[in-house]
Amino acid sequence: MITGAPMLSCSGLTLTVPGRTLCRDVAFDVRAGECWIVVGPNGAGKSTLLLTLAGLRSPAAGTITLGGDGIANLAPRRRAQRLGFLPQDTFDAFPATALEIALGGRHPHVPRWHPESAEDVRLARAALAAVGMSDAAMRDVQTLSGGERRRVALATLLAQDPAVLLLDEPTHHLDVAHEVRSLQLLANLVHNRGRAVVMALHDLTLAARHATHVVLMGCDKVEAGVAGELLNAEKLSALYGQALVAVAHPRGTAFLPV
Amino acid sequence: MHRFPNWLVLTVFAIAALAAFAFALTAGSVDIGVAAVARALWASADNAGAGYAVVRELRLPRAAAAFAVGGLLALAGTIMQVLLRNPLADPYVLGLSGGAACGALAALLAGAAALVTPAAFAGALLSTGIVFGLARGSGTWAPTRLLLTGVVVATGWGALIMLILTTAPEAQVRGMLFWLIGDLSGASRGGAGLLALAGVLAVALFFARDATLLARGDMVAASLGVSVRGTTLALHALAALATAVAVTLAGSVGFVGLVIPHAVRLIVGNDQRWLMPAAVLAGGALLTFADTVARTLVAPAQLPVGVLTAVVGVPLFLWLLRRSVR
Repeated sequence: MITGAPMLSCSGLTLTVPGRTLCRDVAFDVRAGECWIVVGPNGAGKSTLLLTLAGLRSPAAGTITLGGDGIANLAPRRRAQRLGFLPQDTFDAFPATALEIALGGRHPHVPRWHPESAEDVRLARAALAAVGMSDAAMRDVQTLSGGERRRVALATLLAQDPAVLLLDEPTHHLDVAHEVRSLQLLANLVHNRGRAVVMALHDLTLAARHATHVVLMGCDKVEAGVAGELLNAEKLSALYGQALVAVAHPRGTAFLPV
Repeated sequence: MHRFPNWLVLTVFAIAALAAFAFALTAGSVDIGVAAVARALWASADNAGAGYAVVRELRLPRAAAAFAVGGLLALAGTIMQVLLRNPLADPYVLGLSGGAACGALAALLAGAAALVTPAAFAGALLSTGIVFGLARGSGTWAPTRLLLTGVVVATGWGALIMLILTTAPEAQVRGMLFWLIGDLSGASRGGAGLLALAGVLAVALFFARDATLLARGDMVAASLGVSVRGTTLALHALAALATAVAVTLAGSVGFVGLVIPHAVRLIVGNDQRWLMPAAVLAGGALLTFADTVARTLVAPAQLPVGVLTAVVGVPLFLWLLRRSVR
């Protein structure tokens, strides 16, 4: 694999929530063409880590740089041109069409007082098509199912088209077919278009299929590194406190609870 | 979701606003024809015919004030609904109107009629300051805490208002009631109101796209490049300023700020670039129309326009609410 300069890196990262330290002194570099998957038990701090990496939350200590710039010093708009974030849950208080929601992804690229260009609309429509929501473009998102809304949220991130994509459980609410398709979509961005992805995922089998690197986020220990070294039954069993065995198949490895 | 083209909706609302102005200028106890009204509007005072004074000095400033108040309240309501992510929010939800009324009533009670306007404006801003000061937690304002603080502060103002009403001399109570319900019969600063409306709308439109994204939550907005803190603060300030000006001009006219944003959103959607100007036109047109009806319906007596907007607004809003739960 070609390794260039890190697109997103963190060093000396310490994360705390009121009354608890989630991790201490974590460091890793994310480069183009890498897919980092964060796994770990509930409450270990996966979402907090992603939020912090996205520049939406300040760490207790440590620095995060996006393409060499300190993320805290970047204006939100500049940051959003280069880094996108899919939250675990999105909600819509008011009616809006799926196309309007997806067009929101173009916000950092459209100057103030300017309308979205035909190219922006084309990108938003292409993003909806990529997640299989073309037919719902003019539907009110409030009438869509949880999984469909999730796909529209993913389309927003695709329309934003940042170099670094951070996703908090992108497959949340999705059926198995769309789970596989969505992750394949992200894998294509990573491998064919040189994007970098960092995402939290609960499905270990899908994680094993797509991860080039992993962050094992335990309650007392955090390890980050190459997937081949860290993503095995022994490490995962210890991480979750649940015995798991790796079941090998020509198409990948599944982790079976025993 | 089927919608009419937004430019068409905006054009229709603009025509409705012009029609409301025409109605306001021609209707009244003195019968002045359309031609005479037009002459009064464009001719200079020397060669104007009959009715010049009525049109230029009574009806036009009052129509302008009504349009400004309606537009300001609709815009403030639109902004508050986005900021609190709640379609039931209105310009008064954070207790601002109570503060303004307290200021005005205190000035009336003290016999300082000249101070009523500045006192109302000061009361509105004071109330906003209190709510934002108290609801501030770790540098951010969560909608729920703001709402709760606003509701409690509003209750406090309500108690103060009752206290003033019960201790005020009988002769003053009637004037005070008109202030509380919202009334344009004394409004004389229509031009200033329109200027304030134009200014607030222009600044609001600067933030329109950010506001649309804020409706989807602080997190989503921030991840799409919105400076959440600055934008939220600016929008809150704009809404408070708009409401303070409106309340100072006409007292607490109800329901325009609640129903208009909600109704207009059903037509143009939640894209604030369209919703903000559309709500301003619709709110202005509605209040100009309603105020003209209020002063001609039982002429020569004048109803406070707030009564009329509430009488029309309550059933309309209940209908909208029922429609949305289905």
